[in-house]
Amino acid sequence: MTNNLYTKDLNIWFGSKHVLKGIDIEFPEKKVTALIGPSGCGKSTLLRSFNRMHDLVPDARIEGMVSIDGQNIYQKGISVTDIRKRIGMVFQKANPFPKSIQENIAYGLKLNNLDASPAVIQKALEEVYLWDEVKDDLKKPATRLSGGQQQRLCIARAVALRPDVILMDEPCSALDPISTLKIEELIHQLKDQYTIVIVTHNMQQAQRVADKTIFMYLGEVKEEGATIDIFNNPQHEITKNYINGHFG
Amino acid sequence: MRLNFKKITPVIEWGSLLLSTGLVCFFLVVILYEIFSKGWSSLSWSFISELPTDGMTKGGVLSPIIGTVILTLITALFSIPFGVCCAIYLNEYAKNTWLTRTIRASIRNLSGVPSIIYGLFGLALFVQGLHLGTSLLSAGLTLGLLSLPYIITTTEEALLRIPASMREAALAVGATKFESIKDVVLPASLPGILTGVVLTLSRAAGETAPILFTGVAFYITDVSVNTSQEFMALPYHLYMLSTQHQSIEEVRPLAYGTALVLIMVVFLMNLTAFYIRYKYRKNDQ
Repeated sequence: MTNNLYTKDLNIWFGSKHVLKGIDIEFPEKKVTALIGPSGCGKSTLLRSFNRMHDLVPDARIEGMVSIDGQNIYQKGISVTDIRKRIGMVFQKANPFPKSIQENIAYGLKLNNLDASPAVIQKALEEVYLWDEVKDDLKKPATRLSGGQQQRLCIARAVALRPDVILMDEPCSALDPISTLKIEELIHQLKDQYTIVIVTHNMQQAQRVADKTIFMYLGEVKEEGATIDIFNNPQHEITKNYINGHFG
Repeated sequence: MRLNFKKITPVIEWGSLLLSTGLVCFFLVVILYEIFSKGWSSLSWSFISELPTDGMTKGGVLSPIIGTVILTLITALFSIPFGVCCAIYLNEYAKNTWLTRTIRASIRNLSGVPSIIYGLFGLALFVQGLHLGTSLLSAGLTLGLLSLPYIITTTEEALLRIPASMREAALAVGATKFESIKDVVLPASLPGILTGVVLTLSRAAGETAPILFTGVAFYITDVSVNTSQEFMALPYHLYMLSTQHQSIEEVRPLAYGTALVLIMVVFLMNLTAFYIRYKYRKNDQ
């Protein structure tokens, strides 16, 4: 099986508003897929549907399916926490827990009854190239780290659970260029092991990190394909206008 | 003339703000000075370690101190768990329906109900209805009822300040909703909750009206820590010494001393809250 994450006729309503319309897409395994499109096109909504974050929204209605390894994550009786262990998420603004650096990693491990030994924590921090910067401060509050470090800690927190997929919702939008570069390098490293889906408003970033790009507009997928094709040879006029910055 | 006016306006604005601040501080200083200068002389170790004697004309205020402390403890034990849990339910679980909004508005309104009404309600419910009699327990529960709306409101506000992204972070690593609240939301909002709790309890500790019919006693010759017995409390002791005593002039220094002790008890509680918040801030930021 080459595709471990795909959607089939996925529709989402918030109240009476039809936000996602018949989404059928696949995310290639161990590759980076970028979701791009103007604000309000539904790309974040789509991303958040992959680990059932809409469960918290009282008037959200979801139809169709999101499948990981052949299992529909919206099937009745399925464990939501198990889904979220397998599909990790990194948010727009770094949101470390108000705990120590070490506990930030350990918390998810303990919740899922996984080994939370110092060695495991060290490995997770090494994977995001944070270990050398924080190894003497593991007991310090995570909120004392810089914004970029906090975001890498949040990635480490997701990585520590050994998910299949990591979702990233504009992970660099609140970061300076240097921190952004570090995160992008990190994404390059991580795709050897994880399927990554990233929402971004930054066209250069999409081209730098993504193997596949999906362009969304008004709740629909307008165009999808290899990043290089989407940016060099867009099939739709609207895609062309968007990536050339005519609207956003 | 016009130019002059433009120059004067900021001075007036600044001056009126300063004047208001000054006036508030002035009255605060006067009150504290009045109490300290007149109460200081009667304050001594024996004053806080001895029982009132000779028809409360001599001796100390140990029994009112103990009464107030235990009373506040009962109030805390009753109001904190219920108040905090109720706030968590309203803020984290309850859907935003007209029923929730009505409940929330009612709770806000309850905090405006005069404390004497709580006293009457406590008399009807705890003393008579539940046959708890006039006792420490009845009075503590009554004060607990009085404190609930404040604790619920301040806790809800503390919870509201925690961004949704914090809750999502916990869910995203596999926490259930309850775990996310217990492990992330509550610890993060604890300083805010504690501030509300301590301010509420220090207010409750100084209340007289709600305990008047529910358990406070005029004069008891020994220290009672039995929750089914009547008790002495600092605010009522003060009220009684300054208005009801047969020789008011004679016991006036004792009244001021009692006022001083009451202020110190409340101040100590606030200091504890201040310290806890300071410790948490240091850990978090």
